[in-house]
Amino acid sequence: MENTELKEMANKLRRHVIIMTATAGSGHPGGSLSAADIITALYFKVMRHNPGNPQWQDRDRFILSKGHAAPVLYAALAESGYFPIEELRTLRKLDSRLQGHTDRNLTPGVEMSAGSLGMGLSFAIGVALAARLNAKDYWTYVLLGDGECQEGQTWEAALSAAHFRLDNLTAIVDRNRIQLTGWTRDIMNLEPLSLKWQAFGWHVIEINGHDFNQILTALEEARKIKSQPTVVIAHTIKGKGVSFMENNPAFHGKAPTLEEAERALKELERRELR
Amino acid sequence: MSELMIEASTRETYGKTLVELGKENKDIIVLDADLSPSTMTRLFAREFPDHFFDCGLEEQNMIGIAAGLAASGKTVFASTFAVFAACRCFDQVRMCLSQPKLNVKIVATHGGITAGEDGTSHQAIEDLALYCSFPGFTVIVPADAIEAAEAIKVAANTYGPFYIRLSRPKTPLVYSEGYHFTLGKAVTMREGKDITIIAMGIMVAKAMEASLPLARQGIGCRIINMPTLKPLDEEAIVRAASETGAIVVAEEHLAHGGLGSRVAQVIAKEKPVPMEFVNLKDRYALSGKAEELLERYGLTAKAIEEAVRSVIQKK
Ligand SMILES: Cc1ncc(C[n+]2csc(CCOP(=O)(O)OP(=O)(O)O)c2C)c(N)n1
Repeated sequence: MENTELKEMANKLRRHVIIMTATAGSGHPGGSLSAADIITALYFKVMRHNPGNPQWQDRDRFILSKGHAAPVLYAALAESGYFPIEELRTLRKLDSRLQGHTDRNLTPGVEMSAGSLGMGLSFAIGVALAARLNAKDYWTYVLLGDGECQEGQTWEAALSAAHFRLDNLTAIVDRNRIQLTGWTRDIMNLEPLSLKWQAFGWHVIEINGHDFNQILTALEEARKIKSQPTVVIAHTIKGKGVSFMENNPAFHGKAPTLEEAERALKELERRELR
Repeated sequence: MSELMIEASTRETYGKTLVELGKENKDIIVLDADLSPSTMTRLFAREFPDHFFDCGLEEQNMIGIAAGLAASGKTVFASTFAVFAACRCFDQVRMCLSQPKLNVKIVATHGGITAGEDGTSHQAIEDLALYCSFPGFTVIVPADAIEAAEAIKVAANTYGPFYIRLSRPKTPLVYSEGYHFTLGKAVTMREGKDITIIAMGIMVAKAMEASLPLARQGIGCRIINMPTLKPLDEEAIVRAASETGAIVVAEEHLAHGGLGSRVAQVIAKEKPVPMEFVNLKDRYALSGKAEELLERYGLTAKAIEEAVRSVIQKK
């Protein structure tokens, strides 16, 4: 896909997120919208994967550590062909394969059962170690929230990924600067975040997480770094693409009303036309 | 008790069994959290350094790594002290191992108060309640080193998450070589008509000891070793209740959520009979030698004997 097509796809995923959460009447639009471009780049450009065979042993792995952003992952999986797009509307409904947070038992293409924050990087380390042990060349990607970086386990994992010299593992931090109740700066300051990862032994790349050129270049660079893991700190806007959700903690874990959803979809359609 | 005087270490057995398993199966990976000389995973690490990862003092991270490896096809053993495996990592085990039913075997040593001198922080007395609460987990407490070796091999060859609790000190052998462990099955150690003592771990040997003076006074005890706490052999429990009419449960664990609670639930539903419980009650233990602690907190053959006498009155 060319960058213009990627942009269109990201916009499509955002529209799915709005429709899915509005239909469900609950869910997490803010952190799904901030991650939409990163996830689009991974699923529609960067990763080697086969929607017809989700268990393909050589697939690149994507682990969504911030499991509450499940809607945008489900949208990417459906658009890739893992399951029918109509199924997206079943999000959070009884007996749906699309649980409120990711469930690896139920959803084709989902690698990890997440939702309790702070665990995904550890899981990714296991997956990346297995690649090394099995002499497989698949890549392991893991997406963390910035608020999630307050979890102690994230830093246990950061230490060990560097210690095990996992240069087949790329972490991406969705640095939207907002967590559940407000700005990370006010709730529990993370800065200097990039220096922290560096001090833990990681190669750090900082980018604008809504710019496909920068996303693709960073993920490319990460694959060339030897004997240490890379973290891409992607500066993003929570709620990106919908004016009244942007930088608004209120839409962290609140679905749009049907009226808000309509406004949001109009804004997202206009964006596509531009 | 001369017949029970031979002692062996369940954790040393663990290390040796891992080495055997590692020779047969190259997909076995062992993790530890800076305790490999104590958990004895060091024996495996020496033999297979490429298949061993010390995760450092990062128990929660170790569980996540174990899950990632298992999700990629490995059979993973992860070890630390039982108290940390249960209490420190509860959410990680829940989300990364139990819910996704991954093939990880938590083999935890220093279970119970016989962890001893290190005191409360190192004594796992609620671990069985916690691990039995996980849907789909298999929970095993071997009665001795011979059963431990068997159970570890069965775990390695049975898909799914397991918790196996081992002890710090050497413990009396109740089995001899050639014993065959069947997952989920109770073992009748001694027949008796008047009452059944259901025990696990180190309490099996104590139950055998308790039965001797009782037998001399004409009280015949059926003794059941219940190594698999989950899934529980309900049939053996119901049969014991029907045939002997009273039950004593003995375990190195708090009163709630362990073997006693689990057996009582079956008895209440299927075949109510008088019951008595020998356990740590509802309290933490102090530092001390293993034998001193067992004495102090009432995990003795004498306590089992008294429980038998008391419950048999109620038949
Ligand atoms: C262990 C844990 N604690 C609390 C929560 C509740 N929670 C869900 S999302 C969230 C904030 C996450 O912030 P961040 O990681 O920055 O996510 P993003 O802003 O990208 O959505 C919290 C506190 C949780 N899911 N897990």
